[in-house]
Amino acid sequence: MTRALVNVPKTATRGEIIEIRAMIAHPMETGYREGVNGARIPRNIIKRFVCKYEGEEIFSADLFPAIAANPFISFTTTATVSGTITFEWTDDQGEMQTASATITVT
Amino acid sequence: MKRRDPATFHRLNRRDLLLAGAAGVFVFAVPVRALTRPSLAAAILAFTGDAPVKESGVHFEIAPLVENGNAVPVKIDVDSPMTADNHVRRIALLTEKNPQADVAIFHLGARAGRAQVATRIRLATSQVVVALAELSDGSYVISRANVVVTIAACIEDLSDE
Repeated sequence: MTRALVNVPKTATRGEIIEIRAMIAHPMETGYREGVNGARIPRNIIKRFVCKYEGEEIFSADLFPAIAANPFISFTTTATVSGTITFEWTDDQGEMQTASATITVT
Repeated sequence: MKRRDPATFHRLNRRDLLLAGAAGVFVFAVPVRALTRPSLAAAILAFTGDAPVKESGVHFEIAPLVENGNAVPVKIDVDSPMTADNHVRRIALLTEKNPQADVAIFHLGARAGRAQVATRIRLATSQVVVALAELSDGSYVISRANVVVTIAACIEDLSDE
């Protein structure tokens, strides 16, 4: 898979609600389209997205072909401790792409 | 046993063949997608499991007129204090006329602080889009939006190949 882009505030105060945005480069091929020769283009999508804060799952999503190419998801979480926020995208082949960001909580 | 006259035999065979052919054409003419896709009501029921659904408390931001169905920004905001005993557990996005009813299911928790998610979706045609949230007490809230799409996504578009 390819490039992932995540946006997490570098610093936050304890208890602050922060917005997290995540995007990954992926065609999200629906499986409903036909190529030039009339043959159906096989489905290839990211079907699962998981976000963990210091190892604890804080947000996840089940995605279907109706999610636009280069899936973008934004959500919120409460800043609790300084640490790492990790992101995982899993596609139809079971291949996983990860990204991470660090946050300092004061 | 009486032997069939070759001419009759031939005619019968041909008629059978034509009938079979016509039946075949009819079967394949019924759109496969229309048969496999559940209705919006069925998709809502599959998510809620027959629990009562309230038509309030969900702020669903989606443009009423969309030029490009390939990437339609949506934002869902559910009224909830997001505490341990009163929060949003799941948010589903469902469509009325896309090849599949499901668009996404988001799993949240009290830690989210706010029940707010945003993404970009595909719309195959003008239709009703639904944002449905499951609360921690097992009840459901819903918001429906009518969207008119001028350039459809998913099916015929090959421009981004």
